[in-house]
This record gives sequence, C-alpha cells and structure tokens, in this order.
Amino acid sequence: MRVHAKRAGVLLGGLMAPALSTADWTLNMSPGVTGTSNDIFSLHMTILWICVVIGAGVFGVMFWSIFAHRKSSGRKPANFHENTLVEILWTIIPLVILVVMAIPATATLVDMYDTSEADVDIKVTGYQWRWKYDYIDDDFGYFSNISTSDDEIYNRTDKSENYLLDVDNPMVVPVGAKVRLLVTANDVIHSWWVPAFGVKKDAIPGFVNETWTRVDEPGIYRGQCTELCGVKHGFMPVVVKAVPQDEYDDWVAEQKEAAQRERELTEKDWTLEELMVRGEKAYASACAACHQADGSGAPPAFPALKGSQIALEDMDAHLDVVVNGVSGTAMQAFGGQLSEVDLAAVITYERNAWGNDTGEMVTPKEVFEYKNQE
Amino acid sequence: MAENQTYYVPEQSKWPIVATVGLGVTLYGTASIMVNSNQGESTTGAWLMFFVGAAIMTYMLFGWFGAVIKESRSGLYSPQMDRSFRWGMSWFIFSEVMFFAAFFGALFYTRVFAVPWLGGEGDRGSSNMLWEGFQATWPLINTPNPEAYPPPEGTIGPWGLPLINTILLVTSSFTVTVAHHALKEDNRKKVKTWLATTIALALVFVCVQGYEYVHAYQDLGLTLQSGIYGSTFFMLTGFHGAHVILGTLMLVIMLVRIQKGHFTGDNHFGFEATSWYWHFVDVVWLGLFVFVYVI
Amino acid sequence: MSAVADTHAQDDHHHGPAKGITRWLLTTNHKDIGSMYLIFSFTMFLLGGAMAMVIRAELFQPGLQIVEPEFFNQMTTMHGLIMVFGAVMPAFVGLANWMIPLMVGAPDMALPRMNNWSFWLLPCAFLILVSTLFMQGGAPNFGWTFYAPLSTTYGPPSTTFFIFAVHIMGVSSIMGAINVIATILNMRAPGMTLMKMPLFVWTWLITAFLLIAVMPVLAGVVTMMLMDINFGTSFFDASGGGDPVLFQHVFWFFGHPEVYIMILPAFGAVSHIIPAFSRKPLFGYASMVYAVGAIALLSFVVWAHHMFTVGIPIAGQLFFMYATMLIAVPTGVKVFNWVATMFRGSLTFEAPMLFAVAFVILFTIGGFSGLMLAIAPADFQYHDTYFVVAHFHYVLVPGAIFGIFASAYFWLPKWTGHMYDETLAKTHFWLSFVGMNLAFFPMHFLGLAGMPRRIPDYALQFADFNMVSSIGAFMFGATQILFLVIVVKCVRGGEKAPANPWDGAEGLEWTVPSPAPYHTFSTPPEVK
Repeated sequence: MRVHAKRAGVLLGGLMAPALSTADWTLNMSPGVTGTSNDIFSLHMTILWICVVIGAGVFGVMFWSIFAHRKSSGRKPANFHENTLVEILWTIIPLVILVVMAIPATATLVDMYDTSEADVDIKVTGYQWRWKYDYIDDDFGYFSNISTSDDEIYNRTDKSENYLLDVDNPMVVPVGAKVRLLVTANDVIHSWWVPAFGVKKDAIPGFVNETWTRVDEPGIYRGQCTELCGVKHGFMPVVVKAVPQDEYDDWVAEQKEAAQRERELTEKDWTLEELMVRGEKAYASACAACHQADGSGAPPAFPALKGSQIALEDMDAHLDVVVNGVSGTAMQAFGGQLSEVDLAAVITYERNAWGNDTGEMVTPKEVFEYKNQE
Repeated sequence: MAENQTYYVPEQSKWPIVATVGLGVTLYGTASIMVNSNQGESTTGAWLMFFVGAAIMTYMLFGWFGAVIKESRSGLYSPQMDRSFRWGMSWFIFSEVMFFAAFFGALFYTRVFAVPWLGGEGDRGSSNMLWEGFQATWPLINTPNPEAYPPPEGTIGPWGLPLINTILLVTSSFTVTVAHHALKEDNRKKVKTWLATTIALALVFVCVQGYEYVHAYQDLGLTLQSGIYGSTFFMLTGFHGAHVILGTLMLVIMLVRIQKGHFTGDNHFGFEATSWYWHFVDVVWLGLFVFVYVI
Repeated sequence: MSAVADTHAQDDHHHGPAKGITRWLLTTNHKDIGSMYLIFSFTMFLLGGAMAMVIRAELFQPGLQIVEPEFFNQMTTMHGLIMVFGAVMPAFVGLANWMIPLMVGAPDMALPRMNNWSFWLLPCAFLILVSTLFMQGGAPNFGWTFYAPLSTTYGPPSTTFFIFAVHIMGVSSIMGAINVIATILNMRAPGMTLMKMPLFVWTWLITAFLLIAVMPVLAGVVTMMLMDINFGTSFFDASGGGDPVLFQHVFWFFGHPEVYIMILPAFGAVSHIIPAFSRKPLFGYASMVYAVGAIALLSFVVWAHHMFTVGIPIAGQLFFMYATMLIAVPTGVKVFNWVATMFRGSLTFEAPMLFAVAFVILFTIGGFSGLMLAIAPADFQYHDTYFVVAHFHYVLVPGAIFGIFASAYFWLPKWTGHMYDETLAKTHFWLSFVGMNLAFFPMHFLGLAGMPRRIPDYALQFADFNMVSSIGAFMFGATQILFLVIVVKCVRGGEKAPANPWDGAEGLEWTVPSPAPYHTFSTPPEVK
C-alpha cells in the first residue's frame, strides 16, 4: 500500500508541482561549453526557425481553408487542379533554402572532423558496461564505472541528484586545450556522448574513430552511452571533469605516480586479508555488473560464482577464465583490462567470499608469471 | 487488349497453405539444427523436422507446378496471363540480383574501406593501433587476429579452374539459347541435344567448383573461418553455386517436359523462364569471376 | 461507366465464397486475402502496442519497477519488429489487395495463388518470431535494427530463429510486391494509361519496386549474420578483417527505402481522401507522381544519414547530408499539393478526412524534425536520443497508421456495405490525436535535453516529460480498442452504404455496388 501511495504521490507531484527539486521541463538543447556545441546549437536553432516559419505558412493556409472553405458554410468548390508557375516556385524556393542551410552545416562539419594538432590524446574504450580512459601520451589509464547504487535503481532508497549520471573515476581534461579522443570498443558498439561538448562518437570494436573537443569552462559534464550495447546500456554514464591546466598537470603527475606504485605493488608479498580487501573493490568495479555483488550471477548468461566449480576447484582453470575470457560468451578476457594486483585480488576474493571458503590465494607475482608463460 | 478470353482465376488452391507449412517447418528445423548443435544438444529431432519440411516442400513443388502445367496445357491461360508470368519472373530475377548485390556490396566495402583502415590507411587508419603488425593486403593472407581467424596459406588464382568454369558457363548460356531457338522452330530433336549439352556443362561446372572447394579447404586452409577473404569468397561463390544447382534442376525438368511432348513453338514460357534464369546465373558468375577471382 | 453494370450478368460462372475455414485457407480471392491481411495487421498492432505499453509503464517513473532491463530490451526490439513488419507493412498490402484490382478494373490480382501464399507466410513468420519470447535466453534484445556484433557474437540463441523469421517475411513481401507490380502493369482496364492511374495505385507501384529492390538486401544482411553466428565467418568482426559498420551500411540500404515503403501508400490513400472531402480534384496529379518517384530514387542514396556518428569519412558524410536534405523538396511538393487541394474547396470532416488532415499536419512535423536530423553536425546531438524516437513515431504513427485508419474509414462502406458509426469514429480520431501528441511530442524535448533512446531507466531531469508521455501512450493504446468495436459494428450492420457514399470520391472502385461483390470486373471496364 505504501508503495502505491508513494507512486500516486509522485504522479500528482509530477503533474501538479513541476518544480520538484531535481525535475525540470527543459524544452530545448543546451548551447554547451565548446565551440562545436555552440556551432551546433546555432545550426539547430536556425533550422528550427526555418521549419517553424515554413510550418506557419503552410498550416496557416491549411487552417484558413479548414475554417473558411467548409461545405457547412455553403462553400462551392473551385475546380483548379494545377498551376505550373506555383508548382515550380514551391520546388525552387525550398531548394534555395536548403542550399543556404547546407553552407554553415558543411563548415561546422569540416571543423568537427579536424583532429589535427591536439594537445592531449585520450583513448576512450567502451566495455560492457563501463568506459576506459587511456592517456596515451602519459602511459596510464583507468576504468570509469557507474557509481549509482542498486538500491537507488530499485527504489529502495532515495535517488541522488546525479542519479545514473555519476561515476567513480571521471575523465579529466584540461580547460582550453584541444583534446583528441580516439574512440573504440572492446565488445559491442557503444557511443560516447557528452551533450555539453557536442561530441558524440560511436565506439566500434576493432576500429578507432577520432574526434576532438576543447572545453572552455571548468566544470563537471555528464552524458551517457547512446548506442544500445546490451542489458546495462542505460547504466554506463560518461562524466568528464574539466580543470585548469595546472590542476590537470598535477593530476597527471599523480596518476603516473599511482600507475608506478601499482607496478611496484605487483612485486609486494600480499596476505590473504589484504587481497580480500582489495578484491572486494575490484570485484565490485569489474565483475559485479554481471555476476552480482553476492556472487549469485544472472543465469544462464552470467553464471553464479558462489559455490561454482570454477571458484572452488582448479586454480589454473580459474585464472584461465578470468585472464583469457571464454570465447563465444559474454565473459571477457580481463587479462588486459585489470592489473596483476587486481586480477590476483579478484580471483582470491572469488575463492573466499560468500562462503567459498577455499582459503586459497594467488599473488600478483603468480598472475604475472601465469600471463608470461602463455 | 485485343483478347476476349477471361483472365483465369483458380477457384481455390491448397498449395499456398501447404507451401507455408512446408517452408515454416523446414526453416524452423534448420534453425533448431544450428542452435542445438551450437549448444551441444542433440539435433536428431531437428533433423527429423527438417526432412519432414523438405518432403512437404517437394510435394508442394510437384503439386503446384503440376497444376499450373495442367492448366496451361488445357488452354486456360490467356496471353494476358502469359504476361503476368513474364512480369513475375523478371521481377523475381531482379530480386535475386539485389540479393547478390548485398554480398557484392559487402565485398567492395571490406576491400575498399574496412581492410585498408585496419591496415592503417585512410580516414580511419588509426584503427591500426589496435592491430599492431597487421598489414592490409588483398587477397587477405593475414588477418588482424590470426588466433581467432587463422589466415589461409594461399588463394585460388583466376586463370586455372575459374577460367575453365567461366568458359563452361558462358558456353552453356549459348547452348541454352540454341535450344530455345530450336524450340521456337519446333525442332524437338535439336532442343533435346542442346538442352542436354547445357545440363552437361552445368554439371561439369558444379563438379569443378566442388573440386575447387575441397582444394581450398584441404590444401590452402582457405575456409569460411579464415577471415573476411574466405567469408566473402565462399559466401559469393557458394550462393552462386546453389543457384547453379537450382538452375540445373530447372533445366532437367525442362528436358523431361520436352521429352513428354510439352511446349509448342509459340507457347513455352516455362522453358523461357528457365533460360532467363540460366542467363542470370551466368551473368552473376561473370561478376564473380572479375571481382572475386581476377581483381 | 455503364459498361460496368453489364458485366455482372456475365459473372454467372463464378461462385460466391466457400463456406467455413477453407474459404480462408484455400482462397485465391483478392478481397478475402485483403481482409486477412488487414485482420492480421490489426492483431499485430495490438500485440506490438501491448509491448509499447510495457515500455511506457516501465518509463513512467525513474528507477526499475516493472520489468528488468533484459526484458525491457526484448520489448523494444519486438515492438519495433512487430510494428514495422507485422502491423504497418501488412496493412498496406491488405489495402493494396482489396483496392488495386478494384481501382484498375481487374478481376483479381495477377497471380492469385501466390497472393494467398504471400499472406499465409506472415502468420508463419510471426509465430516463429513471437515464439522466441519463450526460448532459453529470451527473445532478440538488440533493437529492431539488430546491429552487429550485439546481435551476432553477443546475441541470444533465439537470434537464429529471428533470422529465419525475417527470411520468411522477406519471401512474403517480395512475392506480394511482384504480384502488385504484375497486376498494375498487366491488368489495368483498357484505356487506363499510366498517367490516368489512381495515385494509390501509383504509390503502390513504386512501393512494390522498392520492396523488390531492398527486401533481398535485408535477406542478404541477415544471412551474413547467420553465417557469422553459426559458421564462423567474419563479416562483422574486425579481428577477421570485417567491420561491424558494414552491417549498418547493408541494413540501412534496406532500411531507408523501407521507411518509404511504410509511408508511400499512405501518401497515395490521402491523395484520394483529401480531394474526396474537399470536393475538388487533386492539385498537381503529375507532380505528385514525379515527387513519389523522386522520393523513391533518392531513398537509395541517403542510407548513411542513419549512421552519421559511426565515423564515415567526411566526403561520405557531406554526400549523405546533401542527398538527405534534397528529399525535403519532393516531400514538400506533396504537402503543398494537399494544402492546395483543400484550398477553396468545399470541406467536410468525416472520420477519413479528419485522419487525413491530421496526417498532413503531423507527418509534416515529422518531416521537419527529419530535416533537422539531416543536418549532420546537429545530428551529432540528436542521434540515438528521444528526438529520433519522436521523429520516427511522428512519421509512423500519424503518418503510416493514421493513413491506414483514414483508408479504412474511407473504404469500409465499400468493404462491408454498411456505414460505420461516425460519432464513434470521430471519438476514435480525437482520442488518438490527443493521446498520440501527448505521447510523442514531449519526446522531442527529452531528446534535446539529452535522454538516450532504448534505456529502461533515466536520470531525474527527464522524469516529468516521461510521465506525460506514458499517460499519452496509455491513452492512445486504450483508444485503439474502440477501432475494433467500430469495425465489428460496421461489419455486422448499420446504415446501408450506396455504391459511392462520399460526395467527392472518384474512381472505378465506387462504380461497383457496396459491399463489392465477391467477383468484380471479370470483364474489364472501359476507361475514357
């Protein structure tokens, strides 16, 4: 009953009090924060107004006929059925309008395709269902996962302000610099879109599409995957943080250092407890989307790990599945996606969580050797 | 419209519904065979279904065409009906042309765009960063990921068997035309000779093609799974081969009908349709020879 | 047309319809087959509509309430496939079957047995398609455009069944189209030259040509999928040298002409209805014919405007942008002609006219958003958002479907011999009109605000318009039951319809009595 009452409340609220804190009645595209998005916005407004004017003319004549030329008001029909001049005119005039419209559109398009002379190169890779950002000039990269909780999605708790539009690690770009994006995908087609930049590019597995952006104002900008990419297509947001150049430089230095630390961590001697702590986090980010946080999976596509043969028996088989994936299924090869530390942590976690009490662990070093011997 | 004869509309016919059931059962069976074998399940039931469907289809083909032949021979059809058949057959062949166009389109696209891009050329050349060491060549004797798609060791050159096949098919197009002219002259013996020659040429073509496939699979490692070259090669030549076999069956049926004394010098659209179809198969081969083998 | 009356005396050798189920199973009669197409189409319309209701119910509020994303994706996919291939296309083929022989003065379709086969293949195909919902792994869940590799490597096992269902639909459409072309080119009454043909016949001639040209291409692309899934080819896999974008090129080479297949016959029907209720001849008959021809030809060279964001080289991008914008010209000509037909007419607004006028207005709005989408740079913002969903629902719902309703009300008296209930029909119109606009107009705003399509859940700023849209959709959906009531009522009885119930309607179909006898024009009429 409470649920119903709540829903009815939302309905009434939605209809009668549009000024709910987060809800709004935005009608139009936003001009955005880049040169490209502003160009697009003005193209959009121009063509919209052209349509409105033509529409007003055509529908005006039509409605006038509807009201004034009714049989009920005793109208006798005229009998004309062609007029060459008029017909030629209404072929030529739209053509001219289109040509006029095509000129700025062409200019904008040419500009959008010019990816030369970029200051920063970022490789954007779509995975089911998260994004990976590789700063190829600086040799580091990371995944960006949705951070909205299942509780919010399944209405067990209130939805936060950036519901479905929040990630753990946003992409970071410097303000004012030309950022070249090399967009690709690992599995199916995704599409990387930030409305405020006017950038949307499909991520095609096996191919790289280039695009670019230059963000004028610092801030956090949000978008979503816009190509149907499977079950969680609605749950892979894009978040970009634009920061001043010096802040960006600090951040890059920090990331490079962290990447270096990560490499060192591989050498470290890990305990089961340490791996379990790290494994829980890594599992949540890389595995839980399909296999669920409690390891119960979503059979048949995503088998349960809790009590499963893979997680309880032969270690090498477990390593093989995680590192190399299972071809022909949705199980990806994580060998290239996760660091040795995370691979070791995830595998250890899977073998010891949710009552899978094997007590067995695999260290990052062992994973490193396993990958090398292949 | 000079003719006064009324247009023949059959009262009722069971063939359409038989054909529907036949096609549905056949294809459901085919799909089940594929899905079950992918999942490692038994395909016995699916095969049974397929054969039942195929049997219904065979029954239907004999029955339906039989009915049409009977009606035609008993003089129910007007010249206007004849024109309907002509329009029907020509547009059917046009639809077949478009079916092949899709595969030719796929071939052009991969050759001109996709493979060079993967190899680092052209507008999307940065794709090559994902496939280090891959070089674009055609025929594609390496693939971007050789583990997933082991490349062929060689391909089939145009000037051996494919050239012979071209000569065979072009010749058969001539022989069927000679047979057609003979039929117009009502010279039955000549029709039989030339039609039989056409069928013989067709059969040799099919055998040569079969031999070439075995050679490709066993000696060259050129298979459906050996990357896009193998995919397009077998898709185009395979569908063409299927059409050759269908066309040959049609020619054989025409020979049987001639044997039985069907057709007259000015009423033989069944024969003519078969010959149109045969020319179409021939023209597609010429396209194949040029774009798949030579260039 | 006095010749027509005489012909019936010669019809004695014909019998009426057979009794029982065999009438429908074994029939060769174009009117029976037309009726079966129309009934099948409406059934599919309700089924696809029910799926739309599931979609809109889930989208009523943010969060996941009613269905899981997996099932949601199956619903969007099946809704699209069923509406396109099961509802809209068969409805137009049904209208063609009923009306083309009557309009050109032919005794039946050119190849009557094949005609029946074309129909019966459809229930067969949809039985297979709908059965995938109950298979392991569920129904196709990759959208009605089934982009590879989501539909190949990552598709559910039922994809193979889906592929064969599409093959059967293709066979059905191609044979249906061949029949229409043969009928039109070969069976016209003496004296009916091409440029005297009714526009519905013209638009269907061109539609049939498009069908024969592109359905085999669809068959080709699903065959390539079949090979990728089951035989290890690499058409859509870059690791073997293929390209997922190749799928989209081939698909949309079919897909764009396909959208005209779904609208051209409606253009034709509306070009009969507007003059009839304006009591004035159609303005610019010849330019109407040329415009349809131009639209059909252009439709072959604009396919990549569905793919502006996939990264086609700029030269291609520009070409497809210009070509797409060009389509606005012949489409505009058609709209101007309809308005000019109404101008200085003597207008009445019975249900067919209401639907036809709404068709012109709302289709034009869909055309405007289409023009906006054609501007490639702007499309980078619109692409795959609700703006696109709004656009194609505006051309398909008040376009194709209102066109079908208008045709149905226009010709129901001819089919049944009774007038339909005008009050109920007007109610049907107004509820549909309001519901449809309420459902789809806010989608423009959602898309511009940044809501992607094909998502089961959305960010909070999209909540209000989604709720409005869902309410509109429920209203539109529920209203369609009324249509069923009206038609059943009309079949069962009602005011007797004269041979020509409409003041201004012209054409051979109105010269035969209502209901049209089981066999008509066994001897062709003369057209002067």
